[in-house]
Amino acid sequence: MSAEHHHHKETFVTKYIFSTDHKMISKQFLITGMFMGIIGVFMSMLFRLQLAWPEKSFSIIEAFLGSHQQTDGVMNPDTYLALVTIHGTIMVFFVLTAGLSGTFSNLLIPLQIGARDMASGFLNMVSYWLFFISSAVMVISLFVEAGPASAGWTIYPPLSALKQAIPGSGMGMTLWLVSMAIFIASSLIGSLNYIVTVLNLRTKGMKMTRLPLTMWAFFVTAIIGVISFPVLLSAALLLIFDRSFGTSFYLSDIFIGGEVLHYQGGSPVLFEHLFWFLGHPEVYIILLPALGISSEVISTNSRKPIFGYRAMIGSILGIAFLSTIVWGHHMFVSGMNPFLGSVFTFTTVLIAIPSAVKAFNYVTTLWKGNLQLNPAMLFSIGLVSTFVTGGLTGLVLGDSALDIAIHDTYFVVAHFHLVMGVSALFGMFAGVYHWYPKMYGRMMNKVMGYWHFWLTIIAAYGVFFPMHFIGLAGLPRRYYTNTNFPMFDDLADINVFITVMAIMGGVAQLIFLANFFISMYRGPKASQNPWKSNTLEWTTPVEHIHGNWPGKIPEVHRWAYDYSKTDENGNYVHGQDFVLQTTPLKDGEEPS
Amino acid sequence: MLALFYIFIAVAVGVSFWQITRVMNLRNVIANDSDNNKQGKIALGFMVFLYAMMIYCLLAMNVLMLPESSSIEGEHDDRLFNITFILIGIVQFIMQFLIFYFTYKYRGRKDQKALFFADSHKLELIWTVIPAITIVLLIGYGLWQWNDVMYVGDDENPIVIEVYSQQFRWDARYAGADNELGLGNVNFIDINKQNTMGVDMTDPKSQDDKQVTELYLPKGKKVLFKFRSQDVLHSAYMPHFRAQMNCVPGMVTQFAFTPKYTTEEMRKNQEVIDKTKGINKIRQAKGEDPYVFDYLLLCNKICGASHYNMQMKITVVEEEDYKKWLGEQKTLAQVIK
Repeated sequence: MSAEHHHHKETFVTKYIFSTDHKMISKQFLITGMFMGIIGVFMSMLFRLQLAWPEKSFSIIEAFLGSHQQTDGVMNPDTYLALVTIHGTIMVFFVLTAGLSGTFSNLLIPLQIGARDMASGFLNMVSYWLFFISSAVMVISLFVEAGPASAGWTIYPPLSALKQAIPGSGMGMTLWLVSMAIFIASSLIGSLNYIVTVLNLRTKGMKMTRLPLTMWAFFVTAIIGVISFPVLLSAALLLIFDRSFGTSFYLSDIFIGGEVLHYQGGSPVLFEHLFWFLGHPEVYIILLPALGISSEVISTNSRKPIFGYRAMIGSILGIAFLSTIVWGHHMFVSGMNPFLGSVFTFTTVLIAIPSAVKAFNYVTTLWKGNLQLNPAMLFSIGLVSTFVTGGLTGLVLGDSALDIAIHDTYFVVAHFHLVMGVSALFGMFAGVYHWYPKMYGRMMNKVMGYWHFWLTIIAAYGVFFPMHFIGLAGLPRRYYTNTNFPMFDDLADINVFITVMAIMGGVAQLIFLANFFISMYRGPKASQNPWKSNTLEWTTPVEHIHGNWPGKIPEVHRWAYDYSKTDENGNYVHGQDFVLQTTPLKDGEEPS
Repeated sequence: MLALFYIFIAVAVGVSFWQITRVMNLRNVIANDSDNNKQGKIALGFMVFLYAMMIYCLLAMNVLMLPESSSIEGEHDDRLFNITFILIGIVQFIMQFLIFYFTYKYRGRKDQKALFFADSHKLELIWTVIPAITIVLLIGYGLWQWNDVMYVGDDENPIVIEVYSQQFRWDARYAGADNELGLGNVNFIDINKQNTMGVDMTDPKSQDDKQVTELYLPKGKKVLFKFRSQDVLHSAYMPHFRAQMNCVPGMVTQFAFTPKYTTEEMRKNQEVIDKTKGINKIRQAKGEDPYVFDYLLLCNKICGASHYNMQMKITVVEEEDYKKWLGEQKTLAQVIK
């Protein structure tokens, strides 16, 4: 199919709203994800205020929360729970799943494998609009009278099933479930599209072993999503049945509000299994794309091939496989059979091996490189740093015997925020800075990028490093305040410090937003290959066209990482420190 | 502290606006040698900040941590934790050094050539096998400890106590002279007859059970807790004993440990004295009563609005004091008519 075929008249609606072009859809995902991200981060600012200065009046709380959610600028305990619940939901699903995968899988898969578009442009559009509807429903749920879902982002029944238990389990929870069901549909359609596209639409010469690591990461992520998301859908459906149609999948022997309810024979532990069967792979659905992006960015900006390309693919596959058999480590103290705990400890701690391989390979890629410290590169380096810091404490939590004492404390909060929250967010920022020229044809400002990065990483460590220690002091998470426990009184200063750092981190994101939107209009025009990268997307014209390449799709002759390839005399084989994948091998040149 | 907070905000907002006004005339968007040089040095500076913070946290916050385990089973837990923590601490210090030092050392320069170094099976083998061996050893110790804690042998003859949770309070039931709990189910709850835990009073085993609102445990005797919940998930978290188990409506879960120190002994523990001193300094400044150490059971599974205030005091005493205390409690047969 030639590119000319695609040139037809576009209206505003077909170009910007119901577009089937993957590049436009990726921008739609990014903007929606950023919008949700602003809500999610802002919520964390509000509840951090409460944690640092418990029950102190804040005009900002009075300004943003409804009259039934706060009294005189002090948020109510169930509003606190609602905020942490929706913060978690939004950040995990809407920002770091849809915002990250949706944006970069859509943008990069066709461009980096050499395809005109996704396998199904129409389904791709459907995927975005389902995501949009699901986001809208989630936002609407913030405004229902009894408040949004408040049972934690893990929505364990019976708390999430009974509105007598917490007000947010009424209409708010219903909308949460509806939103998530739509979200899962969106995610599944998207993932199927990514898988099919990667498998079928690679250009001539683009063998699987020549794919950039971004492609491997997105491809494997999509597979994990297809395996695990349907299980969450079924968990949600059964919960809907329990809530609305009187079934007892998760409920049994409940006495609440002065009466015995009719539920018999169900078990909340079943829900926990179903939830975490998605919930844990979800961590890698978030993390793998970020790792893929950073592999690409680090290699390009180090002017060096990524170290151990095949080992990196192996570790992606290893992590993906293991991620589906470790969900029980969230349930060591759930009351499940201790034997299961042993099995899950074993599989969980095994994940440290491929993760360690990845971390060491990144560091080796930096070694003796010629590092171009662009903002994208700094964010990727930051990702490696937080991934190591957060990942190491996984060895503590994954060990069931140790988990008993610190399960559900702030130690866990610190661990997962560093290893999947901050790391994935850094990957996302790296992706935005790196591929902004490909998205908008302009460049982002680098000085603002630098400020953004340094303030963000200082804030991230400032928030989450001390947090480990209040967890080791035994402070449980999801407490509205710890002032009822004198044994935690000495943690007050740390909580203030964390909140100050969190606010600094939140405010630093304003620099990014300013940079993002100003550059869209005022940034300097991008050249075709600003980062001197090898991959196919930089062979397309700066101006977006349907079908991506005018004329024929280029043919691929080599892998994506021939940076600084030299001959025996130490001269660059192709006269420069990068070689596009489309460049044929010279006579006598060994393929890498 | 509050002033600091506003200063931070002011600085950050100021910086962002300053930058926004500068952006208009900045056309330079790709890192050049001077950027690389500057950012490489900042990376080194950040490394110093990171190390300072890590060391500060490790030293200064040590006093805030939980004191040593107050259960015999938790001793291994502490040891395993220390081993793991030292291990990951070493890896953390080395890895962060490499990441930021390389960023500084190999910052880009026009005349610098990167090394084309794509693969080394030897290196990859090393950093696959070494973590693998370390991890197997850690898991080995961990699983041994896990099995030791989670399985209670029949011959250990533990004291059986039921811990009962509801929104938002804890109760406990001692098994009495027969050391067997009578049947419990929400259908037996009768508030008017003070049968708040739903105990089947037709069960002979129930008669000598004793319901209390505070836990008393004898030092040196193994205690087997049976957990129930009447409404939503709760989690019985006893951090000082390294013990935790969810309370699940519709099923009975369990956890066992042996208290090692009485409350009085624990109050004389140096770690506890140091921590209490710090707490009381803060409380004194606020004009609050001084804090005295007590063991606590906290709820550690989100359970509703008052989740943050669901606690029960635990007192560990010598065995004879325990027997005396238990003798003073009324049996269910006496309470529930």
